[in-house]
Amino acid sequence: MKVELIHIHKHFGAVHANNDINLTVESGKIQGILGENGAGKSTLMKILSGYIQADSGEIRLDGTPVKINSPSDAIRLGIGMLHQDPLDFPPMRVVDNLLIGHDGGLFPNRGEVVRAFSELQSRFGFNIDPYAYVDTLTVGERQQLEILRLLWLGARVLILDEPTTGISASQKEKLFETLRKLAAQGMSVIFVSHKLEDVEFLCDRIAVFRKGELVGQVDPPYVTDELVQMMFGRAISLEEKQRYETCDVSFHLDHVTIEDYRLQIRDINLTISCGEVIGLAGMEGSGQVQFLRTCAGLIRPVAGEINLGGRRLTGKPYRAFLEAGIAYVPASRLEEGLIPGLSLTEHFILAEEQNGFFINFDKALATTRQRIEDFNIKGTPVSTVESLSGGNQQRALLAMLRQPVNLLLLEHPTRGLDIESAIWIWGKLKERCKQGTSIIFTSADLEEILQYSDRILVFYGGKVSPPLDAESTTVEQLGQLIGGKGF
Amino acid sequence: MDTQIILIGLAGVLASSAPIVFATIGETFAERSGVINLSLNGTILLTAMAGFAVAVTTNSLVLGFLAGALIGGLVALIVAFSSITLKQSQVAVGFILALTCRDLAYYLGNPFMGLQGPRVASLPIPGLADIPIIGVIFFQQDIPVYASFLLIIVSYVFIFKTKPGLMLQGIGEKPATAFVRGANVNRMRYFYTVLGGMLAGLAGPMFSLSVKAGWKGTISGLDGFGWIALALTIFGGWNPLRAAFGAYLFGLLQWLGLVLQPSLPNIPSQVLQVAPFPLMILTLLLVNIGNAEWVDRTLAALPEKTRKWLANILRSLRTSPPASLGVPFENE
Repeated sequence: MKVELIHIHKHFGAVHANNDINLTVESGKIQGILGENGAGKSTLMKILSGYIQADSGEIRLDGTPVKINSPSDAIRLGIGMLHQDPLDFPPMRVVDNLLIGHDGGLFPNRGEVVRAFSELQSRFGFNIDPYAYVDTLTVGERQQLEILRLLWLGARVLILDEPTTGISASQKEKLFETLRKLAAQGMSVIFVSHKLEDVEFLCDRIAVFRKGELVGQVDPPYVTDELVQMMFGRAISLEEKQRYETCDVSFHLDHVTIEDYRLQIRDINLTISCGEVIGLAGMEGSGQVQFLRTCAGLIRPVAGEINLGGRRLTGKPYRAFLEAGIAYVPASRLEEGLIPGLSLTEHFILAEEQNGFFINFDKALATTRQRIEDFNIKGTPVSTVESLSGGNQQRALLAMLRQPVNLLLLEHPTRGLDIESAIWIWGKLKERCKQGTSIIFTSADLEEILQYSDRILVFYGGKVSPPLDAESTTVEQLGQLIGGKGF
Repeated sequence: MDTQIILIGLAGVLASSAPIVFATIGETFAERSGVINLSLNGTILLTAMAGFAVAVTTNSLVLGFLAGALIGGLVALIVAFSSITLKQSQVAVGFILALTCRDLAYYLGNPFMGLQGPRVASLPIPGLADIPIIGVIFFQQDIPVYASFLLIIVSYVFIFKTKPGLMLQGIGEKPATAFVRGANVNRMRYFYTVLGGMLAGLAGPMFSLSVKAGWKGTISGLDGFGWIALALTIFGGWNPLRAAFGAYLFGLLQWLGLVLQPSLPNIPSQVLQVAPFPLMILTLLLVNIGNAEWVDRTLAALPEKTRKWLANILRSLRTSPPASLGVPFENE
């Protein structure tokens, strides 16, 4: 179905989130929408899918002007949207998720739904148990479920908002393959992302957004530098790879075994020197998080020894790990890392060692101002953390880390961030490496792992590869290991 | 002879639990949609008084029950309006209503204190009432008790087996998703909160016109049942069958306390009166054992087949509140 968006305007308070957007998506094409966080991509897509309404402008489907007042209007017209956080019902079964909001009859016919679902699954080679609970599925599977649901409801335009965030490399491959299949059948696919390589790889055409405006459209072959220039209004380049190994043995894992009710990771031996960066690759849920949490002192290993600079940490509480200079930055920033409702100043007060009973607000305010400047956080000392964008939340988290840190454990440090923020954050991290901090991080982005790690550990179903030298490893080799080949 | 006494006792447990079943299932509907109606205790007292007053004045039981449902619905409407439209704290508003309605019941009920009023008569169901054992327990009751049996089944089927019921679960779980699936979230929340209030409003007349007939002001002995119903909603994991089980268990424990007292003279009577409460807490712990991390760990050691089987049982026992309980929904 051909989609035309004509002169779309949308304001949020004083922010002009969409300024006179004109965009045409032909049927059978994969249209990329590229832009930094907050460029107005999601706003436009929410307008097209009926989640919010435009202040002015027109939407035409196959040439006919339409009014889309709600998401159910949109799906009736054949427009389905896959939201960034899958909009499903986690504690319910897959089949019930399909049923909710589906018209017709008081009593659902589960058997028929399951049949239709299995048929759709086999068309795309998906394999989801219709009776599984949604919260036992991976993010990638939940996406597949949503795609199938939208197709089942008759979607002919599929909008995907940042679909490659949080899914594994193989699931991404599967997703792209599916989208190509759908486009070949005449569907219009709108792929919203801030990830250059995804958009370049997949899309037939790319529209670039910046600060609420459509800056321009590009056809293949794409020139990365040109796209970056359009996205940010200036050129950005990746830093040269550097190594900062300044001392001998720092962090030491000796025959460590970790047990979780889901998996068991046996006999890990690893020695990390000061300033070294270790990347953890693997599909989500292969044991990386358990490994990081063990290093952080949050999970107690069932066997083995953990030492930091000759100090025995095995079996010690989390506090001892903190005092030894081990810091852990979890992936869920608002759930585990920050406290929604508290301001930046209050966060810095909590993070600092406090003397006395009363808070010295003048001093705290001064520190906060300094940190905001040092870490380039877009916000004021009184901004609450949930009002910050994802990139700024991540900066605030890094700004809160105590000095000095011996070992920094990061879960998806740049997930959901645009390139500029990601590069900036790695710049800050590498600065710490120069001062002797070792880093262990997980990422779903293989390029990121190869770019920033010195050595790489690949996880597969609780098995851990021997450390690989990042310089002599390729994306393909890594991809094969992640898929379980070579274990 | 002894068995006959036990059977009649059990029938009494079912009858005296019927109002609590109504209140608990009403609250289950409201909370499933995401609204906590904390006013239950006040609602039950006020509707008990009003139902009795209307029945005495008009000499009509039906009007008494209607008055109860109407007032229960109105109180719930206040909760809905202040929490959904005005986005005020549901807990604060509900709590104040619980206290206000209680005092209102005692104050307005003064003229009706101790009056003789109509009372719902028992209605044995022909044929079924003569079945040995079951007949005495289930089929020699009055209409409100039969209605409570029906309510348990109908509400269970509605919530878990029908499409609107699924949507109701969705609204309380993740309203943004429900909105995208075409639900008018706030209108549905109004509807279920008021419906729940009306069911709870029937509990009052069920007390004052049947189970504990009459209105005796502060010594009516009805104060506290609303709080128990609120607790049972949670014990019951927002599931009508389990909620009813909780209500009957509570009634049974209370009855046992009364029956056992003469034969256990060494135990102070207070112990038996209070025993139902800790026993309920213990049950809750057992039912929710699957939520604990160490159980998962213990299960991991078992062979795969047994583990999966046990894990499934625990999973089905496990309860978690509707994720958006008490959270107002705004579409940006």
